[in-house]
Amino acid sequence: MDLTNEQLLDMYVTMNKIRTFENRVAELFADGKIPGFVHLYVGEEAVATGVCASLTDQDYITSTHRGHGHLIAKGGDIKLMMAELFGKKTGYCKGKGGSMHIADLNLGIMGANGIVGGGPPLASGAALACQYLGNDGVAVCFFGDGASNQGTTHEAMNLATCWKLPVVFVNENNMYGISSCTLNSMCVPNIADRAAAYDMPGVVVDGNDVIAVCEAAAEGISRARQGKGPSLIECKTYRHRGHFEGDPCAYREDSELEEWKEKDPIPRLEQKLMEIELLTDAKINEIKSGLQKDMADAEQFAEESPFPDVSELTEDVYT
Amino acid sequence: MPNMNFAQALNDAHKVEMERDANIYVAGEDVGVYGGIFGVTAGLLDQFGDKRVKDTPITESAIVGTAVGAATAGLRPVIELMFVDFIGVALDQLYNQAAKMKYMFGGKAKIPMVLRMTCGAGIGAAAQHSQCLEAMFMHLPGLKVVMPSTPNDAKGLLIEAIRDDNPVVFLEHKMLYALEGEVAEGDFTIPFGQADIKREGQDVTIVATANMVHTALSAAEKLAADGISAEVVDPRTLYPLDEEGIIQSVKKTHRLVIVHEEVKFAGSGAEIAAIVAEKAFDYLDAPILRVAAPFCPVPFSQPLEQAFIPSEEEIIDAVKKVME
Ligand SMILES: Cc1ncc(C[n+]2csc(CCOP(=O)(O)OP(=O)(O)O)c2C)c(N)n1
Ligand SMILES: [Mg+2]
Repeated sequence: MDLTNEQLLDMYVTMNKIRTFENRVAELFADGKIPGFVHLYVGEEAVATGVCASLTDQDYITSTHRGHGHLIAKGGDIKLMMAELFGKKTGYCKGKGGSMHIADLNLGIMGANGIVGGGPPLASGAALACQYLGNDGVAVCFFGDGASNQGTTHEAMNLATCWKLPVVFVNENNMYGISSCTLNSMCVPNIADRAAAYDMPGVVVDGNDVIAVCEAAAEGISRARQGKGPSLIECKTYRHRGHFEGDPCAYREDSELEEWKEKDPIPRLEQKLMEIELLTDAKINEIKSGLQKDMADAEQFAEESPFPDVSELTEDVYT
Repeated sequence: MPNMNFAQALNDAHKVEMERDANIYVAGEDVGVYGGIFGVTAGLLDQFGDKRVKDTPITESAIVGTAVGAATAGLRPVIELMFVDFIGVALDQLYNQAAKMKYMFGGKAKIPMVLRMTCGAGIGAAAQHSQCLEAMFMHLPGLKVVMPSTPNDAKGLLIEAIRDDNPVVFLEHKMLYALEGEVAEGDFTIPFGQADIKREGQDVTIVATANMVHTALSAAEKLAADGISAEVVDPRTLYPLDEEGIIQSVKKTHRLVIVHEEVKFAGSGAEIAAIVAEKAFDYLDAPILRVAAPFCPVPFSQPLEQAFIPSEEEIIDAVKKVME
């Protein structure tokens, strides 16, 4: 697959945007500005970025509790995201959802999800609608290694092949579901190995190599678009931060984290793009300071926005 | 009596029982190495080993279902589902299997298992991590439903739950885990179906559960300053429900306010109100009032979440209304 210079640069910017957003959210959470549970995507940026590069606004994604990266990669507005994290009226969900429930249906983002394994059936459902309506759309389901063990995930994949649905299951295997390591939670080496049981293609990719992710996803997505049915892509990656902010991480070794930091997807792409002279130090600075400014704007917007009025409490329950 | 917090009291109950009965095993997500997301199972893996303390994959249906199977075949599982909200994933194993098996089999099966779950709002965990669902469990014949409000009750009721030969749903409000109190040492139980009078009073009965017991107690304190003597009754178990205990209190005070954090509509308070109306109507001097959450999911935003949770002021208002 030949990626254009523009596509490569876009992916570089998107990954940095996610990283900048997440790092700032970590600080804001520590400062008590953001309540509730916050699960950050630092270290896994290549997955959402590489996959969403082949999606349009007409395509759907289902996300997870660790959803900020998916949202940004699918085109989500960081101002509205930040305001939602603050619980403000101007946020994506009017402050009702918070980090685990951000959605933007105009962009095909069917929501982050607080239920592990909640997304796969929804993705198959969105794919069913695309197939049914004949609109060329596809659905991508992001789900974790932990979620891969839920019955809902197996059921959704089986039904997807039975019905030849245009859906791509993108597994983000970061080796842990909170403290539970994949070495103890599954007995096959790869989640993609399970694809055989549903009779769909299953591939393993280096989830910290955005180009590899992009290529594998492009193939699965085009297959789905052509009516050839679902596929499963397993992206091996790692989360740099705790499961949620505040997690002491006693269940994993620091050395493991250090090894994975060596494989950080952002410097990897950066280096490649510098080698082919698509990026220079000056350009990198320009990109990063631009993102810092966008982030400061988002934060200011969130900060200055009002909280929802208490009268809104029982609104939006029914249509 | 030693002082401990609610989470430590639950932890202590596990230890007391696991030392006594080798057929008890604990299973759930992050209950071993992590010691439970709220610390309730801390240290159990080290003390009892991984045969008895099992970290599971994320697989609620199988956690609950294997417990039902193992209980039927002679073990006494004490399982944790982290958040009560996740019961949706595993509900069949609880309500079609665990709750009905004994009856369907003509009384032959025995299913001694405890399903522990964290419930409640208050930490900004939003709609899928903050619910109170006790009424849903109360509605399923075959289950017992426990909802403690203090560390001592938590310990005594958990030991009782583990010794019970029926499936017990044990609901722990997340805002209570850090609550400190005196806890009886060693082996002791609190029988199911015995309400506890958390504060004696003459003028009005406030029936409250879990975290709301404490909100009701502080409301009662303020009411006392206004010359109103409120009795706070904590049912502690919602099934079996201490109908007699509640009715006795109503017979004394002639007024009833029911407080819970679940949504008001079809909540546990509806059942309590109906029982009192059926059995003690003549003793009532005022309509029964309920103070409970509005009919909506739990919102994330802090001002909305605070408005969702029944407050001391709402309890005081309701009491004043029934006192008019
Ligand atoms: C049904 C359900 N069970 C358990 C949880 C608690 N929980 C939240 S995230 C998580 C781990 C998920 O692991 P994985 O799918 O690998 O995603 P990751 O956090 O690694 O991105 C767990 C157990 C939940 N939210 N929903
Ligand atoms: Mg994981």
